[in-house]
Amino acid sequence: MTKALLPISRRALLSSAAIGAGLMLSGCDRVNSSPAFRRLLGDVEGWNKATQRSLADRMALAREFDAADISPEFRANGTRDPGTPAYQAHVDAGFADWRINVDGLVAKPLSLSLADIKALPQRSQITRHDCVEGWSAIGQWQGVPLKLVLEAAGLDAKARFIVFHCADLYNGHPYYESIDLIDAFHPQTILAHSLNGADLPVPNGAPVRLRVERQLGYKHAKYVERIEAVAALDGIGLGKGGYWEDRGGYAWYAGI
Amino acid sequence: MQPMSSATSSDRPQKRHALLTRLWHWINAACLIILFMTGLNIFNAHPRLYWGHAGFAKADAWLVLDKFPGWITIPSHYSLADARLWHFLLAWPFAVALTLFLIGSLINGHMLRDIVLRRHEWRPSMIAADIRAHLKLDFSQHGGQFNILQKLSYGPVIFILLPGMILSGLTMSPQMDAAWPWLVDLFGGRQSARSWHFIFAWTLTAFFVLHIVLVLLSGPIRQVRDMITGGRRDAA
Repeated sequence: MTKALLPISRRALLSSAAIGAGLMLSGCDRVNSSPAFRRLLGDVEGWNKATQRSLADRMALAREFDAADISPEFRANGTRDPGTPAYQAHVDAGFADWRINVDGLVAKPLSLSLADIKALPQRSQITRHDCVEGWSAIGQWQGVPLKLVLEAAGLDAKARFIVFHCADLYNGHPYYESIDLIDAFHPQTILAHSLNGADLPVPNGAPVRLRVERQLGYKHAKYVERIEAVAALDGIGLGKGGYWEDRGGYAWYAGI
Repeated sequence: MQPMSSATSSDRPQKRHALLTRLWHWINAACLIILFMTGLNIFNAHPRLYWGHAGFAKADAWLVLDKFPGWITIPSHYSLADARLWHFLLAWPFAVALTLFLIGSLINGHMLRDIVLRRHEWRPSMIAADIRAHLKLDFSQHGGQFNILQKLSYGPVIFILLPGMILSGLTMSPQMDAAWPWLVDLFGGRQSARSWHFIFAWTLTAFFVLHIVLVLLSGPIRQVRDMITGGRRDAA
């Protein structure tokens, strides 16, 4: 009875399934490299950003946790030590001469020392860090809200993005990242100099890293040495707004 | 509108499968296959799963796997960036089609008439009889209606697993967690949501395999033809 219901032989069925799967896979790889499909994939990032931003209050806060939730070890990813002689000299000097220059489309460029950053009003937050790879870690960050720094520098009306230039090279290229003004002025977006109550360790971005809590880990630039306000991202790096966006194909909007 | 319990065969649509059901079935099938295969590529970036809000250490993982091989992933080489873009592209038609199907099936009566179990069907003797019929590969009963085991599998797939894929997927998004904190609470943390996303995906895959096997055993040409043309209800 079963035989009659199966009008094709088992071998024919299995081999056609295997051929079909093979065609599908090679077809998918070909689709993956077609320019039109790449454009479509790029568009999806815009849909996700527009949808998620419209669902969320612009000021909606990422969840803040209790001290008991802090991860025993905060995983460091990407560059774990910039390793240049100049950076090592700063480590040896306790970052006493580290400067973060704030420039670009600002009325009053700033050059902030670590002491300047610690002297500004502070925010402390225990948040979850989500890596694009899938894991999460919870840590307590302290630093100055980026908003206060941008206001002190007098952001120009033409500025649309804030770019963070980092002291590390990743695979031989300068690491950098960028966010728009919605995230730049979000209350939890801080320049953090402390993790879990201690000075930021080198693997986690000493002396200062960005926290942009509603986006994935690769947006959280470490070893920040320059903050630049720009009208467009075209002129920076390869123009896509960050190291991974330029060279790894990651989306600029990393809220998902 | 007639209450469902008094529906007679003459009230039922002539077609075995409504156009809405057929459109959704095939869109959903294509989306699920690609979402599954791109999802495995994404999983390969960190092939461990945890419960709760956070997790990285191997010692904290409840599941540690090797990377899935290229023949079952899209793209067939490891690319977290591309697999994510594909995944988020296909998630749109998947979620929109499911929403339209659920609303449409509530309106056209398919959901309450065909999928939700009636009280008398919950009787153990009814279920046992249906299991016996399945074991004998006897799919001739029921005059074209879904049998109890079909309802018991289609219901959870449509109402729990498929919506659960969307919700657990959204919970992995830090922006969505800020917008809708209840998502995180629903699953008990982002890493729990990632675990449920994985569990639901493989449960759906198990359903998919069983579904294909039963189609093959119950007259595959007629089944596939009817899912394309709609078929005739009395032909069953």
